[in-house]
Amino acid sequence: MRNLLIFITKYNAFFLFLIFMISSLIIYIKYNSFQKASFINSTNQVTGNLYAKADEFKGYLSLKEVNDKLAKENAELRNELCSSKYVDTISKHQVTDSVYKQQYVYIPAQVISNSVNKRNNYLTISRGSKDGIAKGMGVTSADGVVGKVVFVGEHLSIVQSLLHKDSRFSAMLATNKAIGYLQWGEDMDPHKGLLVDVSNNAQPKVGELVVTSELSLFPAGIPIGKVSKLNAKGGGFFLNMEVALSVDFGKLEYVDVVINKFALEQTTLEAQEKKADE
Amino acid sequence: MSRILIINLIRFVVLVALQVFLLKNISLYNLSTPYLYILFILLLPFETPNVVLFALAFVLGLTIDSFYDTPGLHAASCTLLALVRIMFISITVQKDGFDNEPEPTLSIMGFRWFFTYALILTLFHHFFLFNLEVFRFDEIDYTLSRFIFSSIFTVFLMLVSGLLFFRKKERK
Repeated sequence: MRNLLIFITKYNAFFLFLIFMISSLIIYIKYNSFQKASFINSTNQVTGNLYAKADEFKGYLSLKEVNDKLAKENAELRNELCSSKYVDTISKHQVTDSVYKQQYVYIPAQVISNSVNKRNNYLTISRGSKDGIAKGMGVTSADGVVGKVVFVGEHLSIVQSLLHKDSRFSAMLATNKAIGYLQWGEDMDPHKGLLVDVSNNAQPKVGELVVTSELSLFPAGIPIGKVSKLNAKGGGFFLNMEVALSVDFGKLEYVDVVINKFALEQTTLEAQEKKADE
Repeated sequence: MSRILIINLIRFVVLVALQVFLLKNISLYNLSTPYLYILFILLLPFETPNVVLFALAFVLGLTIDSFYDTPGLHAASCTLLALVRIMFISITVQKDGFDNEPEPTLSIMGFRWFFTYALILTLFHHFFLFNLEVFRFDEIDYTLSRFIFSSIFTVFLMLVSGLLFFRKKERK
């Protein structure tokens, strides 16, 4: 004890220095938000840099795998590009036009009959060809996408609901615009859809919004649902995920039929093109 | 004894006032800002106990901080300055052999000793001060140039003030 006291008194300058320095630094860091923030930031920078270095190294190990994957993906994307090139340019053109011209018109309709518990579900709505409805038009509700018109009568039409084996809508993740296809889940739950064929680099998160893409019947950005589970079963190469549908199909009462004013122009032009090709 | 107390009290007030009302507004090309107030710590008597020295340095730093709105910055720098002062004096000056409590002023210690003393202490203080203030390595070149030019300015002002209060008869 005595030796300790002697030691402390001998080097009292150093201990006093420590006490005062620490207290002033505490004051400094506590009351100056910039240093506080950057103190934490700089430590994060160190760890972040280390992580980045390690990741870079790890990337080399799987280069061959990634290369194969990219080559396949490239081929697949190129196929898709060729087949959809014409439609793509048309839709882009229309988007710029739509600033001045109304491209989509909504017609409200009442749901007369509806089902959710079959393998293939249809809705009957209270509008027909008299009201300007034609086969192939999209149907939405206030909550999101409902389905597609398949049969048109004079006063009534039949809508193939999203809850149908053959329903396939082009959809995308709202944040990064990664496009995939939305279909009904295989377990036939009316609240669950399946988003398939999303590219592998999309990095979806649970809770992310899924909306219609520009390639669909609908205006881009109509909500479909939220990603509820990643890594759904089935599907080989691309990402599949489960989507909690935003529309409650059991309670549908009113829907809107979407009329794309340029659809006729588009189809006739496409037909002409086909003829020209032949 | 009371004379020393009064002189140091006046020195404290004058230096702080000079620093916050005059020198705070002086900045050459945004590079050179003098911090003359540390002269107070430099000129404390040799016999000052370490506790008092550190406490005074801390209080002086906090006083300056309260004017500069940087709580802790100058206090930390002055604490370092006090440590460097103790080390420097213990290396270069024999403890005994001073009568009537001399102070490390220019007139008592001579130009060479005082210049080295002022230079080294100022360099330590300014280096710590500027780096703690900026607190990042990105701007190290700007910080270092500010540090060097400010140190030159401060030491220059110290020598000027030392010569201003030069008393020939005290020189040994």
